[in-house]
Amino acid sequence: MSEAAVIETGASDEPQVKSARAETILYVDGVSVTFDGFRALNNLSFYVEPGELRAIIGPNGAGKTTMMDIITGKTRPDTGDVLFKSEIDLTKMDEAEIANLGIGRKFQKPTVFESHTVFDNLLLACSGGRGVFQALFHRLSDAEKIRIEKTLITIMLEDKRDEMAANLSHGQKQWLEIGMLLMQEPELLLVDEPVAGMTDSETEETAKLLRSIAKDRSVVVVEHDMEFVRDLDCKVTVLHEGSVLAEGRLDHVQKDPRVIEVYLGR
Amino acid sequence: MTDYRQKYKMTPVVGWLLNDRGGMTLLAILIAAAILVPVGNLLVPESSAFHVPTWMVSLLGKYLCYALLALSVDLIWGFCGILSLGHGAFFALGGYAMGMYLMRQIGDRGVYGDPILPDFMVFLNWKELPWYWYGFDMFWFAIVMAMFVPGLLAFVFGFLAFRSRVTGVYLSIITQAMTYALLLAFFRNDMGFGGNNGLTDFKDLLGFSLQSDGTRAGLFVASCVFLGLCYIVARGITQSRLGKVLIAIRDAESRVRFTGYRVEYYKLFVFTVSAVMAGIAGALYVPQVGIINPGEFAPALSIEIVIWVAVGGRGTLYGAVLGAFIVNYAKTFFTGVMPDFWLFFLGGLFIAVTLFLPKGVIGAVPAFGAADRQSLFTTWRKRVAERRANEGGKA
Repeated sequence: MSEAAVIETGASDEPQVKSARAETILYVDGVSVTFDGFRALNNLSFYVEPGELRAIIGPNGAGKTTMMDIITGKTRPDTGDVLFKSEIDLTKMDEAEIANLGIGRKFQKPTVFESHTVFDNLLLACSGGRGVFQALFHRLSDAEKIRIEKTLITIMLEDKRDEMAANLSHGQKQWLEIGMLLMQEPELLLVDEPVAGMTDSETEETAKLLRSIAKDRSVVVVEHDMEFVRDLDCKVTVLHEGSVLAEGRLDHVQKDPRVIEVYLGR
Repeated sequence: MTDYRQKYKMTPVVGWLLNDRGGMTLLAILIAAAILVPVGNLLVPESSAFHVPTWMVSLLGKYLCYALLALSVDLIWGFCGILSLGHGAFFALGGYAMGMYLMRQIGDRGVYGDPILPDFMVFLNWKELPWYWYGFDMFWFAIVMAMFVPGLLAFVFGFLAFRSRVTGVYLSIITQAMTYALLLAFFRNDMGFGGNNGLTDFKDLLGFSLQSDGTRAGLFVASCVFLGLCYIVARGITQSRLGKVLIAIRDAESRVRFTGYRVEYYKLFVFTVSAVMAGIAGALYVPQVGIINPGEFAPALSIEIVIWVAVGGRGTLYGAVLGAFIVNYAKTFFTGVMPDFWLFFLGGLFIAVTLFLPKGVIGAVPAFGAADRQSLFTTWRKRVAERRANEGGKA
C-alpha cells in the first residue's frame, strides 16, 4: 500500500519497487513516527540499491534527519519496516549494533574526537573488535596502520596526521568524519549535509570524494545545496512533511510542479 | 618530547611511563617518600632536625589515601566525563570492610570482653554475629571485600544508569542520592555497622599494634605502594585504545555509538575500576585514622573530592594527586588556625581555580602544561574581552 506514496517522476528506467526489494541495500517501507503529536515522518517509503549514490533533499522540517535517526537506530519508528540488505530488521537494533552491521553515519555538524589526533580518530573508527577488553589490550598492527595511511590520503589530510582534530578547519573536520566512516568499512553510508559551511572549492572536493566513495558502496546524502546535488549527479528523492514527494533525476524533480511549490511557494 | 616508545620499541608499560613526565615525577616522589619518611620516623633520633614525628607520618598517609581517591575520580571524570558526586560511598565501603576486620581483631579485649561480638553488638543485646560479618576475621577476606563490595555496587549502579543513558548532571545527582541513601542506612543501628558511632577502638592489624610507630610507618609505605600501583594501572588504561575510546566518549558520545562501540560497557568498566580504587583508598585510610563512621558517606565530602581534582588539574591523573595534597594541607592548616574560615576558603578556591586555572594547578606549571597553554594573564584578558563582547552584543 505504501508504495503508492512514492510518486515516480520521469526516470522511467527505474524498476518497480516490489521487484527491487529482493536486491535493495536499504528498504524503508511505510515508516511513521510522531513526537508529541507532531508527525515527523508520515508513511515514508523508499529504497536504495546496492552501490547506489542517492541524494535526499527537502525543505526544513521535511524529516530528513529523523529518517537518518530511524535508520541508524537512534529513534524507533511507530510503524513501518526498515530492512538492511533486504532481510535485516533495523528497527529492533541499537546504534552500535547497526554501526557494526556496516551502516555508517555522518552528522550534520562535523563530529570528530577533538582531543585526539587525526590519526587516532581514524584508529578508533578502524573496523575490528569493539569489545572493552579487546580495546584494553589492543596493539596497533601494521595492516591497520597501512589502512589508516591510505584513508589519510583519500581524505586529503596526510599532512595533518598528528594534528589535534580540534585544530582542523571546518571543511577538514567534515573530511575527517567521512574518513572515519570509511575506516568502518560500511556498506551503506548516510551523510547529513556534508557541505554545510564549506567553501566552494571544498564543496567541489567533497562531491568528488563522495562520488569516488560511492564506487564501492551505497551512499545516501541529505543536502540543501542544489549545486552540490547537481555535482553528485545521481538520483534524487524529495521529502516533504515526512513523506516522499518526488523521486528521479534532478532535472526531472526540479520541473515537478509540487516540488516547485514546496521550495518556492513559501 | 621524544617518543621513547617508537625510539626503543619498548614494552608498553616502560614506554608510557617514559613519555609521562608528571607520572615519573609522582612515582619518584612516592618511592623517595616510602623510604625517607619511615627512616626519618624510626631511625633518626627525635632530637634531630630530620626526625619525622609519628603524627606527620599518619597525616601524610591520610593524604595519600585521599590522593588515591582523587585519582579514582579523575579516571572517570577527567577521561570519560562521568562526574560522580558520590565517590565517597565507595571509599567508605572499602573503609567499612577494613573496619570490620579490625573490629574482629579486637576479640575479647573489648569493653564487654565478648570473644566474637564487637562491643556495639553486645550493647544492642545481639546474641550472635550477623551473617555478613562472617569471614571478616580473615585479613585476606576483608581485603577482597574492600575491593569487591565497592566494585559490585559500582557495577550494578553503573549498569542501570549507563544502560538507561543517564548522563551529565542527572548522573551526578543520582550518585549523590546513592551516597546519601547509604549515609542514612549506615546511621541505623540495626544495619549492624555500629550506627552513628561507626567502627572504632581498633587494636591491631595482622598482629601489629596500630598505635606503634612501626605499624604506622608500614601503613604509610603501603599507601605509597598502592597509590603508585593504581597510578600505573590508571595510566595504562588511559594510554590504551580503551582509554582513547573513553576520551572519545567524553568529547562526542553519540559519535562513539555510531562508530559501533557500546558506550555503556566502556563506562561501566572504568566506573567499576574507579570504585575498586576508591575502595582500596578507604581500606588504607581506616587503620591510619582509627575510625570509620557514616559521616564518610556525606554528600559534601564527595563534592570535595571533585574540588581536589579540579584544583590539581583534571584529566592528568598526577594532577589529581597534587590537588588532593594541596586542598587537604590547606584544610589541615585552616581548620587548625581559623576553623570558621575553612569553608569560605574552599569555596573561594573552587571559584578561583575555575576562573583562572581551568586546567588546574598542573596546567599552570610550564613543564607539565599542555602545548597550547596560555599564561594566566592572557586567559584572564581573553575572558574579560569575551564577556564584554557578549554584553555588547546583547545591548
